[in-house]
Amino acid sequence: MEVAVCVKRVPMVGGKIVVTADGQDVDTRMSGFTVSPHEECAVEEAVRLAERDGGRVTVLTLGPAAAADQLRDMLAIGASRAVLLETDGREWGPIATAAAIVDALRAGGPYDLILFGNEAADTGGFQVGVRVAHLLGLPCVTGIKHLEVSGGRLRAGREYRGTEEAYDLPLPAVVSVKEGINLPRYPSLPGRLRAKRAAIERIEPERYPWHAEGLRKERLRVPPAQNKRAEILGTGAGAVPALVALLDDLGVLP
Amino acid sequence: MTVLCLVERDGEHAADVSLRALTFARSLGDVTAVTMGNAATRPAGPPPGATGAGGDAGVGPALAADVSAYGAAEVYAVGLDGYAPQAWARALAGLAGEVAAGAVVAAGTDRGHEVLAHLGAITGLPMAANCASARPGEDGTLRLVRHRWAGSLLEDAVLEASPALLTVAVDAVPAVPAEQPAPAAVRAYQPVLDEADLLVSATESAGRAGGASLATARVVVGGGRGVGGPDGFGVLEELAGLLGGVVGVSRVVTSEGWRPHQQQVGQTGTRISPELYLACGISGAIQHMAGCLSSKHIVAVNTDAGAPIIARADYAVIGDLNEVLPALVAAIRARG
Ligand SMILES: Cc1cc2nc3c(=O)[nH]c(=O)nc-3n(C[C@H](O)[C@H](O)[C@H](O)COP(=O)(O)OP(=O)(O)OC[C@H]3O[C@@H](n4cnc5c(N)ncnc54)[C@H](O)[C@@H]3O)c2cc1C
Ligand SMILES: Nc1ncnc2c1ncn2[C@@H]1O[C@H](COP(=O)(O)O)[C@@H](O)[C@H]1O
Repeated sequence: MEVAVCVKRVPMVGGKIVVTADGQDVDTRMSGFTVSPHEECAVEEAVRLAERDGGRVTVLTLGPAAAADQLRDMLAIGASRAVLLETDGREWGPIATAAAIVDALRAGGPYDLILFGNEAADTGGFQVGVRVAHLLGLPCVTGIKHLEVSGGRLRAGREYRGTEEAYDLPLPAVVSVKEGINLPRYPSLPGRLRAKRAAIERIEPERYPWHAEGLRKERLRVPPAQNKRAEILGTGAGAVPALVALLDDLGVLP
Repeated sequence: MTVLCLVERDGEHAADVSLRALTFARSLGDVTAVTMGNAATRPAGPPPGATGAGGDAGVGPALAADVSAYGAAEVYAVGLDGYAPQAWARALAGLAGEVAAGAVVAAGTDRGHEVLAHLGAITGLPMAANCASARPGEDGTLRLVRHRWAGSLLEDAVLEASPALLTVAVDAVPAVPAEQPAPAAVRAYQPVLDEADLLVSATESAGRAGGASLATARVVVGGGRGVGGPDGFGVLEELAGLLGGVVGVSRVVTSEGWRPHQQQVGQTGTRISPELYLACGISGAIQHMAGCLSSKHIVAVNTDAGAPIIARADYAVIGDLNEVLPALVAAIRARG
């Protein structure tokens, strides 16, 4: 099995999200970077398939030079090969992103299975995987929380309104997965050392110039209602009478 | 402008999320609803395919009444059995051409996102996911507000494309009935499909997926890293049982393997909207809060008065959950 997994570098935002003064980006001066949990699970799923059936896992990202860090994180949990489509750091739209990924997949493939996160953590576009599938003429399914591969086909499952629905697809195929499909491993020390030394295939930014799309970001802002201040009911067990009275008011006591 | 709105079903009725999508669509123009397939999913076995007549695919009186009440002037029943995302998108593309739609709208659900992503790929047009509002700008553009980071950040955007492909951030748009509703005309539509459109289609499987009760629970007792380990959840379960609710957890808890992912609340977990969310030992990271901001009341129990959740909750108890929760359980039991 040759599996490719696409991951995206995003800021590791914690308790508060802050926008830069020009309103164009999330302020990352205080934060690290990561990939979406969906994508981490996609890598874990690919690594498990390769461990079972043999083959390689290629992780691929389109982003600034620093996105090599996220590729190394994925190498540390078992990916075998990493490709960086380097950009000048500007935010790319989903149409251009899909086109560049398709170009790189064609150059580095063929792949039996191409995995995506269900949606990018930051922009939440819900579409790059589907666009890639159409450009490659491959079947695809999204939102997947259960995956089995055998005999050149894959069975995929997801939830729909409280029931589970199943899909059966021929390989090669494109699948977008959600967190919960597995529990990703923590990187081992040898894994981390291997990742640190590993070579990353880098494709020069000139190959994929940024271009505008029909959907244009004007400004980012933090929603207004985010800051209230909780009424403190008390401290420790001493707060329990006030808490019980509150629960009674809310009508949730038996 | 004509706005096509994909309507998902909930039994005989339109799903609540689709009533929200209809409300959103109405703010843009004259709404034509579209609904596909008879059942939610096709039973395993027979091959997928188009049914004979659109009328059979069925818009029953309940569904027709729902879409009428929410302002649709017409509703198309597409002659398609079951759920095949690419076929649904192909049908929407065909219909959008037929009615000269200026926009195609769907609820921001798994299906809504998936079908509109296919439609974007088929047409080569941009797709804007999770829009909270849209209004026509000058020069034929649309001014959008859309959700990023699952709603923790808003993006003001301009969309220059026709038709505009939009999914609706359903948490941000309430369902509001139309002021002067009229019965929607029911029409049939038979899409032109090729084999590849039907290659991927859903079959129902027997098992019920977990997590559904979390999404609809009236009370959620949340536990985070502060619970300390897998054994700490006994008292949370007990409290949830007493309050007729369920336990929800943070991502730290699921990634440590203390609890299954189906209990995770947040951006990459389940979105909850209970009457009460009692968040214990949870710091209140934006990705967690994105899953619980629709809660009516949030009460935090945390040792740290400076934790971000204190600035998002309605009420807080500053203290150790190992002390507060057992005392709370005892006090509730003592009431009899
Ligand atoms: C793209 C992305 C998506 C994510 N999606 C999700 C998601 O869906 N859901 C989610 O939850 N997280 C998600 N996260 C992770 C999120 O950023 C936080 O890391 C996580 O929510 C923190 O969990 P926590 O609050 O349990 O742990 P911590 O942040 O470590 O907080 C623990 C809290 O417990 C308090 N505490 C400690 N001991 C006690 C005690 N004895 N009694 C009372 N209080 C105590 C501490 O004061 C602290 O406030 C996501 C992250 C990313 C980057
Ligand atoms: N810049 C990128 N580089 C690599 N993969 C990406 C990039 N952007 C998006 N993806 C992949 O596409 C998925 C869906 O992204 P989106 O459609 O933008 O929400 C993500 O979860 C990633 O797997």
